[in-house]
Amino acid sequence: MCLAIPMQLVSRREFDGTAELRGVRRQVSLVLCPEAAIGDHVLVHAGYAIGTVDAEEAAKTLALFDEAIAAEEAS
Amino acid sequence: MKRTDAWSDPRHVQRLRRRIDAIAARLPRPVTFMEVCGTHTHAIAAAGLRRILPPNVRLISGPGCPVCVTPVDYLDHALALAARDDVTIATFGDLMRVPASRRRSLERAVAEGADVRVVYSPRDALALAAENRDRRVVFLAVGFETTVPTMAAALAEAEELGVGNFLLLCGSKVIEPPLRALVQDPEVRVDGFLLPGHVSVILGSDAYAFLTADYGVPGVIAGFTPVDVQLALLALIRQLVQGEAVIENRYPRVVSAAGNRRAQELIARFFAPADTRWRGLGAIPGSGLVLREEWAHRDAARLPVDLPTSVEPKGCRCGEVLKGVIEPPACPLFDRGCVPEHPIGACMVSSEGTCAAWYRHERHARQAVAT
Repeated sequence: MCLAIPMQLVSRREFDGTAELRGVRRQVSLVLCPEAAIGDHVLVHAGYAIGTVDAEEAAKTLALFDEAIAAEEAS
Repeated sequence: MKRTDAWSDPRHVQRLRRRIDAIAARLPRPVTFMEVCGTHTHAIAAAGLRRILPPNVRLISGPGCPVCVTPVDYLDHALALAARDDVTIATFGDLMRVPASRRRSLERAVAEGADVRVVYSPRDALALAAENRDRRVVFLAVGFETTVPTMAAALAEAEELGVGNFLLLCGSKVIEPPLRALVQDPEVRVDGFLLPGHVSVILGSDAYAFLTADYGVPGVIAGFTPVDVQLALLALIRQLVQGEAVIENRYPRVVSAAGNRRAQELIARFFAPADTRWRGLGAIPGSGLVLREEWAHRDAARLPVDLPTSVEPKGCRCGEVLKGVIEPPACPLFDRGCVPEHPIGACMVSSEGTCAAWYRHERHARQAVAT
């Protein structure tokens, strides 16, 4: 029930946004996440954006993952 | 975002599996971890992650499915409201088939003529209320901290637009009190928690400091792809190998230390903590959310209805499943009368329920291993 999907914000008018994932568009409310800018990935839950996805942190986690793999392969 | 597929690439899963095996070999004793999020339950079962854990690492499911922990009397109350001529019930789809007392359900109530609508968002329920001013639209407010801000946002909008016929039947819950109850429960032995990623988007990682400060139990916030879950498990195992107990955030792409402040403020504006009952865990002080007194006019629990005496389904062991004390096959009803098509207990209804996840993803795999 706490499923939330990262979607890209493609347009917004005040607190009403449109977000897209693989060609599917949905209306999302931005009242819980007013800082979201067009182009951002927002986390969508029950019709509301509840947060933004930090691309830099995503890259860091994947780097961490690469590190774990490298350590595994070295051992 | 590039490399999205890396989060669930089977080759990466296999590599991380070997890494987990290598580090787990250094554990001083077998360990048990608990996840407390229905989305984790589902994701872990669907990816088959439990089956590839080393034998000294056990991962159990806790009370993370909001529908499953909702006690029978809440559903009885919803059905009693649905029986009123002036009420339209609006609900997330998950609740439709959850058994109420005497094998009744919202789905059956619809067949008997009740006005029950499945909505995707509390905002859809608000729109329904705005379009049908002659009816009371009661939204079944069941969820954890991820979902509660969306209810609060809909309430704020209802106030702003003057939609007075939008009401809530409050059944939402918060995560800290049950975590405290679980770590103190002698029946449950948990060495570390896989903490819920999307609840944490709202609460922030600082919200779990009590786990380490008060109980010395570690926790790692995890996302929902196989790689996310494995990285979090790896972090938990490493902590236990090194004798540490800290809260780690392994989902920093969406979870911050402080969480979503705006969402927290909205929750606090409309809701106040209250004692509430959990299926399986019983009454837990301060674990529920009810409307503050100033919003009493939006509280559907104040509408007069005749409430029946609530009865839990006979033989159902959902309660023990929710605490991770037993695994679903230990229940006498599992796959013997209780199946997703005809659920007897709540844990078999939602795809996030532990029994439903086992039934769909682990049952055949276990049988295959056993034969």
